[in-house]
Amino acid sequence: MTYPTNLKIIKLPCSGRVDIIHLMKALEKGADGVFVAGCLEGNCHYQVGNLRAKKRVAYVRELLDKIGIGGERVAMYNLSAGDGPRFAEIAREMTEKIRELGPSPLGESGGNRSPRPGTEVAA
Amino acid sequence: MIIAKTKPIEEIIETTKEFKRILVVGCDGCVTVCEAGGRKEAEIVGSALRMYFKQRGMDVKVDEVSLTRQCDRPYVAQLEEKIKHYDAVLSMACGAGVQFLAEAYKDKPVLPGVNTCFIGVTEARGEWTERCQACGDCILASTGGICPIARCSKRMANGPCGGSANGKCEVNKEINCGWHLIYERLKELGQLDRFEKPTGPRNWNTSRDGGPRKVVKEVSQP
Repeated sequence: MTYPTNLKIIKLPCSGRVDIIHLMKALEKGADGVFVAGCLEGNCHYQVGNLRAKKRVAYVRELLDKIGIGGERVAMYNLSAGDGPRFAEIAREMTEKIRELGPSPLGESGGNRSPRPGTEVAA
Repeated sequence: MIIAKTKPIEEIIETTKEFKRILVVGCDGCVTVCEAGGRKEAEIVGSALRMYFKQRGMDVKVDEVSLTRQCDRPYVAQLEEKIKHYDAVLSMACGAGVQFLAEAYKDKPVLPGVNTCFIGVTEARGEWTERCQACGDCILASTGGICPIARCSKRMANGPCGGSANGKCEVNKEINCGWHLIYERLKELGQLDRFEKPTGPRNWNTSRDGGPRKVVKEVSQP
Protein backbone atom coordinates (compact mmCIF):
# COMPACT_ATOMS: atom_id res chain seq x y z
CA MET A 1 0.00 0.00 0.00
CA THR A 2 2.88 2.33 -0.67
CA TYR A 3 2.49 5.51 -2.63
CA PRO A 4 5.09 7.89 -4.07
CA THR A 5 6.88 10.04 -1.50
CA ASN A 6 6.82 13.12 -3.69
CA LEU A 7 3.14 13.53 -2.94
CA LYS A 8 1.98 16.32 -0.68
CA ILE A 9 -1.36 15.60 0.93
CA ILE A 10 -3.67 18.40 1.93
CA LYS A 11 -6.48 17.12 4.13
CA LEU A 12 -9.89 18.70 3.91
CA PRO A 13 -13.20 17.80 5.56
CA CYS A 14 -14.83 17.36 2.13
CA SER A 15 -13.70 17.65 -1.49
CA GLY A 16 -16.48 20.26 -1.80
CA ARG A 17 -14.11 22.61 0.03
CA VAL A 18 -11.71 22.56 -2.92
CA ASP A 19 -12.09 25.76 -4.85
CA ILE A 20 -10.80 26.77 -8.27
CA ILE A 21 -8.21 29.06 -6.73
CA HIS A 22 -6.76 26.25 -4.57
CA LEU A 23 -6.00 24.16 -7.65
CA MET A 24 -4.58 27.18 -9.48
CA LYS A 25 -2.37 28.13 -6.51
CA ALA A 26 -1.02 24.60 -6.16
CA LEU A 27 0.19 24.68 -9.75
CA GLU A 28 1.38 28.25 -9.52
CA LYS A 29 3.45 27.37 -6.46
CA GLY A 30 5.22 24.60 -8.33
CA ALA A 31 3.19 21.39 -8.17
CA ASP A 32 3.53 19.41 -11.39
CA GLY A 33 0.03 18.06 -10.97
CA VAL A 34 -2.87 18.03 -8.55
CA PHE A 35 -5.52 15.45 -7.96
CA VAL A 36 -8.63 15.76 -5.87
CA ALA A 37 -9.60 12.57 -4.07
CA GLY A 38 -13.28 12.80 -3.25
CA CYS A 39 -15.72 10.24 -1.95
CA LEU A 40 -17.59 8.01 -4.38
CA GLU A 41 -20.37 9.77 -6.25
CA GLY A 42 -23.62 9.41 -4.34
CA ASN A 43 -21.72 8.85 -1.09
CA CYS A 44 -21.00 12.46 -0.10
CA HIS A 45 -21.75 13.08 3.56
CA TYR A 46 -22.64 16.65 2.56
CA GLN A 47 -24.75 15.45 -0.39
CA VAL A 48 -22.98 17.08 -3.31
CA GLY A 49 -19.49 18.14 -2.17
CA ASN A 50 -17.72 15.72 -4.51
CA LEU A 51 -19.94 16.74 -7.44
CA ARG A 52 -19.04 20.38 -6.84
CA ALA A 53 -15.37 19.45 -6.76
CA LYS A 54 -15.81 17.58 -10.04
CA LYS A 55 -17.21 20.69 -11.74
CA ARG A 56 -14.41 22.86 -10.39
CA VAL A 57 -11.76 20.41 -11.54
CA ALA A 58 -13.34 20.43 -15.02
CA TYR A 59 -13.35 24.24 -14.99
CA VAL A 60 -9.67 24.40 -14.02
CA ARG A 61 -8.71 21.80 -16.65
CA GLU A 62 -10.34 23.94 -19.33
CA LEU A 63 -8.69 27.12 -18.04
CA LEU A 64 -5.28 25.44 -17.92
CA ASP A 65 -5.67 24.24 -21.51
CA LYS A 66 -6.43 27.81 -22.57
CA ILE A 67 -3.34 29.25 -20.89
CA GLY A 68 -1.09 26.53 -22.24
CA ILE A 69 -0.33 24.69 -18.99
CA GLY A 70 -2.30 21.59 -19.98
CA GLY A 71 -5.50 20.60 -18.20
CA GLU A 72 -4.41 16.99 -17.75
CA ARG A 73 -2.19 18.07 -14.85
CA VAL A 74 -5.34 18.31 -12.74
CA ALA A 75 -7.63 15.35 -12.13
CA MET A 76 -10.55 14.23 -10.02
CA TYR A 77 -10.75 10.75 -8.52
CA ASN A 78 -13.51 9.20 -6.47
CA LEU A 79 -12.85 6.52 -3.90
CA SER A 80 -14.02 5.41 -0.51
CA ALA A 81 -12.29 7.09 2.42
CA GLY A 82 -11.54 3.65 3.81
CA ASP A 83 -9.94 2.31 0.67
CA GLY A 84 -6.23 2.86 1.31
CA PRO A 85 -4.98 0.48 -1.39
CA ARG A 86 -7.06 2.29 -4.01
CA PHE A 87 -5.64 5.62 -2.83
CA ALA A 88 -2.11 4.30 -3.23
CA GLU A 89 -3.00 2.99 -6.68
CA ILE A 90 -4.43 6.35 -7.77
CA ALA A 91 -1.41 8.16 -6.36
CA ARG A 92 0.90 5.92 -8.38
CA GLU A 93 -1.26 6.29 -11.49
CA MET A 94 -1.33 10.08 -11.22
CA THR A 95 2.41 10.28 -10.54
CA GLU A 96 3.04 8.14 -13.59
CA LYS A 97 0.79 10.34 -15.72
CA ILE A 98 2.55 13.50 -14.53
CA ARG A 99 5.95 11.89 -15.08
CA GLU A 100 4.96 11.26 -18.69
CA LEU A 101 3.88 14.88 -19.08
CA GLY A 102 7.15 16.03 -17.59
CA PRO A 103 7.76 18.83 -15.11
CA SER A 104 5.38 21.75 -15.05
CA PRO A 105 6.27 24.44 -17.58
CA LEU A 106 6.22 26.78 -14.58
CA GLY A 107 8.91 24.84 -12.73
CA GLU A 108 12.01 26.81 -11.88
CA SER A 109 14.53 24.04 -12.52
CA GLY A 110 12.82 21.83 -15.08
CA GLY A 111 15.03 19.00 -16.31
CA ASN A 112 15.06 15.65 -14.60
CA ARG A 113 13.68 16.42 -11.18
CA SER A 114 10.94 14.09 -10.01
CA PRO A 115 7.33 15.21 -10.34
CA ARG A 116 5.72 17.00 -7.46
CA PRO A 117 2.01 16.41 -7.55
CA GLY A 118 -0.05 18.02 -4.85
CA THR A 119 -3.04 16.16 -3.51
CA GLU A 120 -6.29 17.34 -2.08
CA VAL A 121 -7.99 14.72 0.01
CA ALA A 122 -11.48 14.50 1.36
CA ALA A 123 -11.17 12.69 4.67
CA MET B 1 -28.00 44.07 -9.34
CA ILE B 2 -25.74 44.41 -12.36
CA ILE B 3 -25.05 41.00 -13.88
CA ALA B 4 -21.76 40.43 -15.65
CA LYS B 5 -19.74 37.57 -17.06
CA THR B 6 -15.98 37.14 -16.78
CA LYS B 7 -14.33 37.67 -20.16
CA PRO B 8 -12.70 34.63 -21.77
CA ILE B 9 -9.10 34.32 -20.53
CA GLU B 10 -7.81 34.42 -24.13
CA GLU B 11 -9.32 37.89 -24.57
CA ILE B 12 -7.90 39.08 -21.24
CA ILE B 13 -4.44 37.79 -22.22
CA GLU B 14 -4.70 39.58 -25.56
CA THR B 15 -5.45 42.95 -23.96
CA THR B 16 -2.92 42.66 -21.13
CA LYS B 17 0.10 41.02 -22.79
CA GLU B 18 1.80 44.26 -23.78
CA PHE B 19 2.15 45.34 -20.13
CA LYS B 20 4.83 44.42 -17.59
CA ARG B 21 3.03 45.26 -14.35
CA ILE B 22 -0.67 44.55 -14.17
CA LEU B 23 -3.05 45.18 -11.29
CA VAL B 24 -6.24 43.13 -11.36
CA VAL B 25 -8.92 45.05 -9.46
CA GLY B 26 -11.98 43.16 -8.27
CA CYS B 27 -15.19 44.80 -7.07
CA ASP B 28 -17.00 43.61 -3.94
CA GLY B 29 -20.38 44.81 -5.27
CA CYS B 30 -22.71 43.25 -7.83
CA VAL B 31 -20.01 41.37 -9.73
CA THR B 32 -19.06 39.51 -6.55
CA VAL B 33 -22.62 38.24 -6.16
CA CYS B 34 -22.86 37.13 -9.79
CA GLU B 35 -19.41 35.52 -9.48
CA ALA B 36 -17.91 37.45 -12.38
CA GLY B 37 -15.46 39.97 -10.93
CA GLY B 38 -15.18 39.78 -7.16
CA ARG B 39 -12.02 39.11 -5.17
CA LYS B 40 -12.29 35.41 -5.95
CA GLU B 41 -12.52 35.87 -9.70
CA ALA B 42 -9.79 38.54 -9.62
CA GLU B 43 -7.51 36.00 -7.91
CA ILE B 44 -8.30 33.30 -10.46
CA VAL B 45 -7.67 35.65 -13.41
CA GLY B 46 -4.49 36.94 -11.72
CA SER B 47 -3.22 33.41 -11.15
CA ALA B 48 -4.02 32.39 -14.74
CA LEU B 49 -2.20 35.45 -16.12
CA ARG B 50 0.87 34.83 -13.95
CA MET B 51 1.05 31.21 -15.10
CA TYR B 52 0.54 32.19 -18.74
CA PHE B 53 3.31 34.80 -18.68
CA LYS B 54 5.72 32.74 -16.58
CA GLN B 55 5.65 29.67 -18.79
CA ARG B 56 6.45 31.90 -21.75
CA GLY B 57 9.41 33.30 -19.91
CA MET B 58 7.84 36.74 -19.78
CA ASP B 59 8.72 38.75 -16.72
CA VAL B 60 5.31 40.18 -15.86
CA LYS B 61 4.15 41.19 -12.40
CA VAL B 62 0.46 40.54 -11.75
CA ASP B 63 -1.20 41.39 -8.44
CA GLU B 64 -4.78 41.47 -7.26
CA VAL B 65 -6.78 43.74 -5.03
CA SER B 66 -10.52 44.24 -4.54
CA LEU B 67 -12.41 47.42 -3.75
CA THR B 68 -15.69 47.70 -1.83
CA ARG B 69 -17.15 49.33 -4.95
CA GLN B 70 -15.62 50.79 -8.07
CA CYS B 71 -18.56 53.10 -8.68
CA ASP B 72 -17.86 55.40 -5.70
CA ARG B 73 -14.96 57.86 -5.55
CA PRO B 74 -13.82 57.22 -1.95
CA TYR B 75 -13.26 53.52 -2.73
CA VAL B 76 -11.64 54.25 -6.09
CA ALA B 77 -9.31 56.70 -4.29
CA GLN B 78 -8.00 53.82 -2.15
CA LEU B 79 -5.91 52.73 -5.14
CA GLU B 80 -4.01 56.01 -5.33
CA GLU B 81 -0.75 54.74 -3.78
CA LYS B 82 -0.83 51.21 -5.11
CA ILE B 83 -1.67 52.02 -8.71
CA LYS B 84 1.60 53.94 -9.20
CA HIS B 85 3.48 50.64 -9.26
CA TYR B 86 1.58 49.25 -12.26
CA ASP B 87 1.48 49.94 -16.00
CA ALA B 88 -2.12 48.86 -16.50
CA VAL B 89 -5.24 47.97 -14.56
CA LEU B 90 -7.59 45.11 -15.36
CA SER B 91 -10.88 46.12 -13.78
CA MET B 92 -13.19 43.23 -12.94
CA ALA B 93 -16.08 45.62 -12.22
CA CYS B 94 -19.05 46.39 -14.47
CA GLY B 95 -18.66 48.95 -17.25
CA ALA B 96 -19.42 51.74 -14.78
CA GLY B 97 -16.54 50.71 -12.52
CA VAL B 98 -14.07 50.39 -15.41
CA GLN B 99 -14.92 53.89 -16.57
CA PHE B 100 -14.78 55.39 -13.09
CA LEU B 101 -11.29 53.96 -12.56
CA ALA B 102 -10.20 55.29 -15.96
CA GLU B 103 -11.54 58.73 -15.04
CA ALA B 104 -9.74 58.73 -11.70
CA TYR B 105 -6.39 57.51 -13.03
CA LYS B 106 -6.01 59.28 -16.34
CA ASP B 107 -2.47 58.10 -17.05
CA LYS B 108 -3.26 54.37 -16.61
CA PRO B 109 -4.77 52.13 -19.25
CA VAL B 110 -7.84 50.53 -17.61
CA LEU B 111 -8.98 47.34 -19.29
CA PRO B 112 -12.28 45.50 -18.78
CA GLY B 113 -12.13 41.99 -17.29
CA VAL B 114 -15.85 41.27 -17.56
CA ASN B 115 -18.69 41.73 -20.02
CA THR B 116 -21.48 43.67 -18.33
CA CYS B 117 -24.76 42.00 -19.26
CA PHE B 118 -27.91 43.35 -17.60
CA ILE B 119 -29.80 44.30 -14.44
CA GLY B 120 -31.13 41.07 -13.06
CA VAL B 121 -31.64 38.58 -10.29
CA THR B 122 -30.15 35.33 -9.06
CA GLU B 123 -32.56 32.77 -10.51
CA ALA B 124 -30.65 29.86 -8.96
CA ARG B 125 -27.06 29.33 -7.84
CA GLY B 126 -24.99 30.04 -10.94
CA GLU B 127 -27.93 31.33 -12.98
CA TRP B 128 -28.97 34.94 -13.45
CA THR B 129 -31.82 36.41 -15.46
CA GLU B 130 -32.77 39.86 -16.68
CA ARG B 131 -35.52 41.86 -14.97
CA CYS B 132 -34.94 45.55 -15.66
CA GLN B 133 -33.70 47.72 -18.51
CA ALA B 134 -33.46 50.94 -16.49
CA CYS B 135 -35.90 52.70 -18.82
CA GLY B 136 -36.33 55.49 -16.30
CA ASP B 137 -40.15 55.45 -16.14
CA CYS B 138 -41.36 52.42 -14.22
CA ILE B 139 -44.75 51.04 -15.24
CA LEU B 140 -44.69 47.89 -13.07
CA ALA B 141 -47.74 49.14 -11.13
CA SER B 142 -49.94 48.56 -14.17
CA THR B 143 -48.36 45.34 -15.38
CA GLY B 144 -48.70 43.10 -12.36
CA GLY B 145 -45.10 43.64 -11.29
CA ILE B 146 -43.76 42.09 -14.49
CA CYS B 147 -41.87 44.40 -16.81
CA PRO B 148 -42.82 44.32 -20.50
CA ILE B 149 -39.74 46.38 -21.37
CA ALA B 150 -37.35 43.82 -19.93
CA ARG B 151 -39.38 40.64 -20.31
CA CYS B 152 -40.95 41.14 -23.74
CA SER B 153 -38.44 40.63 -26.55
CA LYS B 154 -40.08 43.49 -28.49
CA ARG B 155 -40.43 45.77 -25.43
CA MET B 156 -44.07 46.21 -26.38
CA ALA B 157 -46.25 48.46 -24.24
CA ASN B 158 -49.32 46.44 -25.21
CA GLY B 159 -49.22 42.71 -25.75
CA PRO B 160 -48.91 39.85 -26.23
CA CYS B 161 -48.08 39.92 -29.92
CA GLY B 162 -48.83 37.26 -32.54
CA GLY B 163 -45.53 35.56 -31.83
CA SER B 164 -46.65 34.36 -28.43
CA ALA B 165 -47.58 30.66 -28.35
CA ASN B 166 -48.30 28.52 -25.31
CA GLY B 167 -46.76 31.15 -23.09
CA LYS B 168 -43.47 31.17 -25.02
CA CYS B 169 -41.84 33.82 -27.17
CA GLU B 170 -41.21 33.34 -30.88
CA VAL B 171 -37.65 34.60 -30.46
CA ASN B 172 -36.73 31.48 -28.51
CA LYS B 173 -38.93 28.74 -27.14
CA GLU B 174 -37.05 28.90 -23.86
CA ILE B 175 -38.10 32.50 -23.27
CA ASN B 176 -41.36 33.01 -21.47
CA CYS B 177 -43.64 35.51 -23.19
CA GLY B 178 -43.53 38.59 -20.96
CA TRP B 179 -47.05 39.61 -21.84
CA HIS B 180 -48.37 36.12 -21.22
CA LEU B 181 -46.86 36.32 -17.74
CA ILE B 182 -48.44 39.74 -17.23
CA TYR B 183 -51.85 38.42 -18.33
CA GLU B 184 -51.70 35.45 -15.96
CA ARG B 185 -50.57 37.62 -13.08
CA LEU B 186 -53.23 40.27 -13.64
CA LYS B 187 -55.84 37.50 -13.83
CA GLU B 188 -54.68 36.29 -10.39
CA LEU B 189 -54.92 39.83 -9.09
CA GLY B 190 -58.36 40.39 -10.63
CA GLN B 191 -57.03 43.27 -12.71
CA LEU B 192 -57.72 42.05 -16.22
CA ASP B 193 -59.57 45.30 -16.95
CA ARG B 194 -56.10 46.74 -17.54
CA PHE B 195 -56.27 45.16 -20.99
CA GLU B 196 -59.38 47.17 -21.85
CA LYS B 197 -57.46 50.43 -22.07
CA PRO B 198 -54.32 50.26 -24.17
CA THR B 199 -51.25 52.10 -22.98
CA GLY B 200 -50.39 55.10 -25.14
CA PRO B 201 -46.99 55.61 -26.77
CA ARG B 202 -44.16 55.65 -24.27
CA ASN B 203 -41.84 58.58 -23.83
CA TRP B 204 -38.44 56.98 -24.32
CA ASN B 205 -36.61 60.17 -23.38
CA THR B 206 -36.13 58.78 -19.88
CA SER B 207 -34.44 55.76 -21.42
CA ARG B 208 -31.36 55.81 -23.65
CA ASP B 209 -33.17 57.84 -26.33
CA GLY B 210 -32.52 60.95 -24.27
CA GLY B 211 -28.74 60.38 -24.30
CA PRO B 212 -26.59 59.55 -21.27
CA ARG B 213 -28.66 60.05 -18.14
CA LYS B 214 -28.13 61.75 -14.82
CA VAL B 215 -30.00 61.63 -11.53
CA VAL B 216 -29.82 64.56 -9.13
CA LYS B 217 -31.25 64.46 -5.63
CA GLU B 218 -30.74 67.95 -4.36
CA VAL B 219 -31.44 67.20 -0.72
CA SER B 220 -28.60 64.69 -0.68
CA GLN B 221 -26.10 67.09 -2.19
CA PRO B 222 -23.56 68.76 0.07
